[in-house]
Amino acid sequence: MNINLKVNGKSYSPDVEPRLLLIHFLRDVAGLTGTHMGCETSLCGACTVELNGKAIKSCTMFAVQANGAEIVTVEGLATNGKLDPVQEAFWNEHGLQCGFCTPGMIMASKQIIERNPSPTEEEIRHGLEGNVCRCTGYQHIVNAVKAAAAGAGK
Amino acid sequence: MATTTTKVETFVGKRIRRREDPRLITGTATYVEDIQMPGMHYAVILRSPHAAARIRSIDTKKAESAPGVVCVLLGKETKGVGAVPCGVAMPDLRVPQHTILATDRVYFVGHPVAVVVARDGYLARDAADLIEVDYEVLPAVADPEKALAKGAPAVHPQWPDNIAFTYHQDGGNVDKAFAEADVVVKQRIVSQRLVPMAMETRGVVAEWRNADRQLNLYTSTQIPHLVRTIVAGMLGLEENRTRVIAPEVGGGFGSKLNVYAEEALMGYVSMKIQKPVKWIESRRENFTCTIHGRGHVDFYEIAAKRDGTILGIKLKLIQDVGAYHQLLTPLIPQLSVLMMPGIYNTQNIRADIVGVFTNCVPTDAYRGAGRPEATHGIERMVDMLAAELKMDPAEIRFKNFVAKDKFPYATATGLTYDSGDYAAPLKKALDLVGYAKLRQEQADLRKQGKYMGIGISTYGEICAIGPSPATPAGGWESATVKIEPSGKVTILTGACPHGQGEETTFAQIAADELGVALDDIVVLRGDTAVVQYGIGTFGSRATAVGGTALYYALQDLKAKIKKFGAMLLESEDVTLAGGQVVDNKTGKSKPFQEIAGATYRALKLPPNTEPGLMATRFWEPPNFTFPFGAHIVVTDIDGETGQIRIRRYVAVDDCGNILNPLIVDGQIHGGVAQGLGQALWEQAVYDDNGQLVTGELTDYALPRAHLMPWIESHHTCTPSPVNPLGVKGVGEAGTIGCSPAVVNSVVDALSPLGVRHIDMPLTPEKIWKLLATKNRDVGSRGATK
Ligand code: FES
Ligand code: FES
Repeated sequence: MNINLKVNGKSYSPDVEPRLLLIHFLRDVAGLTGTHMGCETSLCGACTVELNGKAIKSCTMFAVQANGAEIVTVEGLATNGKLDPVQEAFWNEHGLQCGFCTPGMIMASKQIIERNPSPTEEEIRHGLEGNVCRCTGYQHIVNAVKAAAAGAGK
Repeated sequence: MATTTTKVETFVGKRIRRREDPRLITGTATYVEDIQMPGMHYAVILRSPHAAARIRSIDTKKAESAPGVVCVLLGKETKGVGAVPCGVAMPDLRVPQHTILATDRVYFVGHPVAVVVARDGYLARDAADLIEVDYEVLPAVADPEKALAKGAPAVHPQWPDNIAFTYHQDGGNVDKAFAEADVVVKQRIVSQRLVPMAMETRGVVAEWRNADRQLNLYTSTQIPHLVRTIVAGMLGLEENRTRVIAPEVGGGFGSKLNVYAEEALMGYVSMKIQKPVKWIESRRENFTCTIHGRGHVDFYEIAAKRDGTILGIKLKLIQDVGAYHQLLTPLIPQLSVLMMPGIYNTQNIRADIVGVFTNCVPTDAYRGAGRPEATHGIERMVDMLAAELKMDPAEIRFKNFVAKDKFPYATATGLTYDSGDYAAPLKKALDLVGYAKLRQEQADLRKQGKYMGIGISTYGEICAIGPSPATPAGGWESATVKIEPSGKVTILTGACPHGQGEETTFAQIAADELGVALDDIVVLRGDTAVVQYGIGTFGSRATAVGGTALYYALQDLKAKIKKFGAMLLESEDVTLAGGQVVDNKTGKSKPFQEIAGATYRALKLPPNTEPGLMATRFWEPPNFTFPFGAHIVVTDIDGETGQIRIRRYVAVDDCGNILNPLIVDGQIHGGVAQGLGQALWEQAVYDDNGQLVTGELTDYALPRAHLMPWIESHHTCTPSPVNPLGVKGVGEAGTIGCSPAVVNSVVDALSPLGVRHIDMPLTPEKIWKLLATKNRDVGSRGATK
């Protein structure tokens, strides 16, 4: 099947198998391996990307369902070598250890701040419910989201 | 004296953000699954759906002719490959032959039976579904206590008693201690099976280069050099032509401190098809086929005097082994025994371990590896003893701590604790939490029928593993430092850190020693073709052992730099400080970079000195290190629903000197999360047929952001005398300290109902049922009065 979609501002018109998962399109066809597969069952959030402005889990969506969509992955966040404030905050606050959950965490965190520019700790934690991190215990991630929100509000 | 002192920035001890992060936050790091190679093929493994079965026949015809398939391999073809090894030697250890693919029998759900290789991952998976295996299903046993019962199904027919090994240890005079005791408290305590659940599953890319007789193996591992030695042996390859690369590793927690069948299997496949091959473990496979942790049933007895003095401890430990021994399986419960006295001054112990085969995936090291189980045991027992004697749980601990002036302290289990001040973190934690006030509040709440608990755990742990005679594969660690002609510094560490931040902390150490900028330093790890032989990252050892090797390599280079500096300055008396060699008499100096260049240009050499600046050290630790700490957990329990709310979590950890507080806090938080996971939610549940019921994230409850309390992390600092950095290790502290503090807190909350012990995980259902029964009991007792 032929589809058209934009990823990080770049247009793609691939011919894909109907059963190709969006995450596999991103990783194997578009070569954007920053989006990770952690569970294949939409329970860990490692595969989170932004599709038409909404954070979604790319492991449980077919590439063909993204026909016509605009997608942003973690690779699309930094502009002209300048990190996105959320990326910067994850770095400053030590919001990652092994880094495997991080791209999904960053995408989910961006969404939290977009929906609610000054989230409370509780709101941040609930916003991150769908994303598993096995390394950090989440505390530094919560700090990172707070810091990013505070910075963005300035 | 005209000495110039350059003021330079120092880095050790500062909250420095990590140098490994830019690639991780931009999605440009390379994990195994991200590797692509021309001609790459994809493997999918067909696994047993049964816990015990004989394989009558396997029909691969349909799979072989499926689109894109290049081969289907069965156990009979891989028979020549060496067995998956157990790295532990003990008398009477029964080691079943652990072939990389099943041959005529399967022993657990997930046992690999066949491998399908295709030019595309989806096609390989399609073809795997076409393989027909005729199984004769056999009775299975999944519970270690049931496996020990007479008449239980034999996991391995040659050993009908299912005993994998036994181990006995005695210290002091236990019989006398128990005879003299005023009180003996007994309890059965379970440390349930857990799934390590690294966010990145395992994965292997194997690339055979026939012309060079060379195998390149990319694998998500904590121990690339050991994997190289073992896999080369299994495949009959030469070690110097086997290159193992651990690229970015997405978490391990012990589950990747192992050598797995798939690592050798992919090497075999690549040699067979003469093409690179990739296998990525699915999450379901990760649950069923990667090692599990814990799996203890412990029977404790603790003997004490009426004043609370602990006299002796007995432990009968049943270790659920699973169907095979993985690399360190039989060693893990022995670590529990070593740690069984905790940080208390008792010289009388007796332990008996029985390792039991079950039709389950093997257990092995998972964060803390044996020490969380031991800490959970002793810390629960001390609380039960306090309750029995109507003593305050803090008071009984203060009474029994090994005193500050007793170090080095020889334990009844044969260890020598390096340094400690056990009262300090407990005092600090009690202050921070406001203990006296909380007890008052608790008394008031109890009058209102409300359940609030305060739980203390004061733990010790064995870290910086460890002296080579006490570790299965050598316990030293290596480091090479190369100073390039430009003065830039490259560190090669054998420790293979994977998320613990040593690319930062090792650079901090080197920057301070050499007086250079952090940015001038690169830390490389994880590639056997680049890094000298090393052991790996586990057992909270990377910094304490690997960092020390680095420290000594730096001392070698500093001496050489000073020699060259003295020569260039024509001085006998020089100092290296602030990136300069300074003539102590004249104050003249040469920058470090210029000297580095001169060592390679070699126009002139100091006497008996070779050109160049490179040093390698293999550091053998004289002892383990023994971090300790106190965690206090305050819980409120909803009497209607059994829901536990953690009101406060105070952690005071003493890991010796701290190189980077930001990273140490991160280690504590992550460790506590895994401890809380065990205490409250996580459990690998096998049913009677050996099916893993909690085999997906849908059924296995992990700590998530909204479930975690705020962790108040604090420290005391008792440097270790074992290494010159004074560090002890912190990777497992959070996990080890956590679970007993939580359970002690909940038991404390429910103690008015007569509750004295609850096994983990403390699910709301379990608490709710307990509340229902106890309230009924209390109610009916009241009624009969
Ligand atoms: S991989 Fe998509 S949610 Fe886990
Ligand atoms: S940083 Fe490792 S899983 Fe989150």
